[in-house]
Amino acid sequence: MTGYTFVEKALARAAGASGARAGDILDVTPDVIFSHDNSAAIRRIFEKIGAPRIAHPERVAITLDHAVPAPTTQHAQNHAEIRQWVREQGIRHFFEVGRGICHQVISEEALVLPGETILGADSHSTHFGWLGAFGMGVGRTEMAALWATGMLWIRVPDAMRVTLTGRLPFGVTAKDIALRIIGDRGADGGQYRSVEFLGDALASLSLDERAVLPNMMAEFGAMSAYLPPDQAVFDYLETNRTRDYTPLYPDADAHYADDSALDVSLLEPQIALPHSPDNVVTLSRAVGQPVQQAFIGTCTNGRLEDLCAAAAVLRGHKVHCRLIVIPASAQVLLEATRRGYIETLLEAGATITTPGCGPCMGNHMGVPAPNEATISSGNRNFRGRMGTPDAPVYLASPYVVAASAIRGAIADPREFLS
Amino acid sequence: MSEHRVWVYGDHVNTDVIFPGKYTYTLKTPDEIAAHALEDLDPAFAVGVQPGDVIVAGRNWGCGSSREQAVTALKYVGVPVLIAESFSGLYFRNCINQGILPVVCSGLRDVVRTGDTIMIDRLSGEIHAAGQVFAMPTLSPSVQAILDAGGLVPMLQRRFGESAR
Ligand code: SF4
Repeated sequence: MTGYTFVEKALARAAGASGARAGDILDVTPDVIFSHDNSAAIRRIFEKIGAPRIAHPERVAITLDHAVPAPTTQHAQNHAEIRQWVREQGIRHFFEVGRGICHQVISEEALVLPGETILGADSHSTHFGWLGAFGMGVGRTEMAALWATGMLWIRVPDAMRVTLTGRLPFGVTAKDIALRIIGDRGADGGQYRSVEFLGDALASLSLDERAVLPNMMAEFGAMSAYLPPDQAVFDYLETNRTRDYTPLYPDADAHYADDSALDVSLLEPQIALPHSPDNVVTLSRAVGQPVQQAFIGTCTNGRLEDLCAAAAVLRGHKVHCRLIVIPASAQVLLEATRRGYIETLLEAGATITTPGCGPCMGNHMGVPAPNEATISSGNRNFRGRMGTPDAPVYLASPYVVAASAIRGAIADPREFLS
Repeated sequence: MSEHRVWVYGDHVNTDVIFPGKYTYTLKTPDEIAAHALEDLDPAFAVGVQPGDVIVAGRNWGCGSSREQAVTALKYVGVPVLIAESFSGLYFRNCINQGILPVVCSGLRDVVRTGDTIMIDRLSGEIHAAGQVFAMPTLSPSVQAILDAGGLVPMLQRRFGESAR
């Protein structure tokens, strides 16, 4: 009998089943469920259902992150409704304006642990694969059902194995790996799949970088993604965790519907051109394209190492377009301040704003005017993503975004790195 | 065993052609939404479809935006079952949650044409078409319960009693 993939093991565990195979439909009880500024809308569906209370408030996390601090009275009202709801339901894992982006905050707080299952009302919930958890995005109706019952049905996805070998060259990052994979196989290349990474390249990636891979797999059509957790992950979670856990690893003889490999040592910096994350070319083909704005932040690339990369490029230089830097969390902002990255970025001419999603999905704090091009360290560049359909968005690593801010045009960071 | 007329479509049919995005905020009632089902894929569909008809499609049915109307438009015209070689993940989930049965089935599309009749036996989990038998994946009792109730919200309403509203 063939062995099990990670996703088969994780969902069997979450369903309390002795075993599960791709295609099986299971009733899954997640360890953690979360939502964000959409929680008031979910509450309205919840009320239609008629459940008396949230079934397991201790498993619920809510983060205010998508439009923080509130840019309009309407947003403020939405936040106020959510705070009221949090009080009524006794939700302890509530994170206020400025604490950071849901995926980052839940990681820092060690709310979900290796081998566990987390469902979020956010499409980038694949993120939690970085620590070896099963993370999947759900709709608002589904989150309301989860609040009411604590359970949701899931069809176990087919799994796809991606083996990463070698070491990344200087100035090339996990973002470039993700963009290359999505560019090569298309935005539906991982459709309804669990994308399970493997290979010796992973150990050499920092934890900040590892999170980029599963986060970006949402743009690949994946339901979930997974990296095998190692000692570095366990150490990271140790301080804040409140439960024991058992990490899960796929069996060597597990059946994968798709098996591919990538030697990352051969990779060049990549860039996704407008208007799709799979419209990927090697950076050199886009160098010189003017941009009016550069944005470093988001759940994909707004962590400490990303700000460090930006500071390394920008040290001793001045920007020649607007550069907006939004740390992914208050903790990232604090540590970046202590280490002097924020000072370097400010000296170069960047502006720093409140930890949160910022302009990523066109809410506020740096949305472009029509026809203004933005280069972003985020994950999505569909037409209109940053608020207006006429504003092209390029996606790249923080190195590339920082270098492009210096030039006011898409630039190769390696000329600024010694 | 029930008898169904089929409408056959190809691969990668996206939600924009199943229910055009331009109507997302303007059309609200079931009749209005139903009138535009598959408008940009097959204009003959909305006028010719009868309750009980089913769709048989290729790979990746329902890709693109996760808009719910791409499922409810078909529900409102009376399509009880959608059969495809594969579904987009979100579309598949939307089907169940909105109360339409999505069936993943390979090969069927190659043996039927629009206007043909197939037989669906939900009890034995079989589809009979063109003298062949195709297996339907079994559903877990919980998913079956959602479908039987007409969707996720109605099911939970029943479970929690409609009194609380
Ligand atoms: S940073 Fe962007 S992609 Fe990430 S959760 Fe916020 S809006 Fe979504």
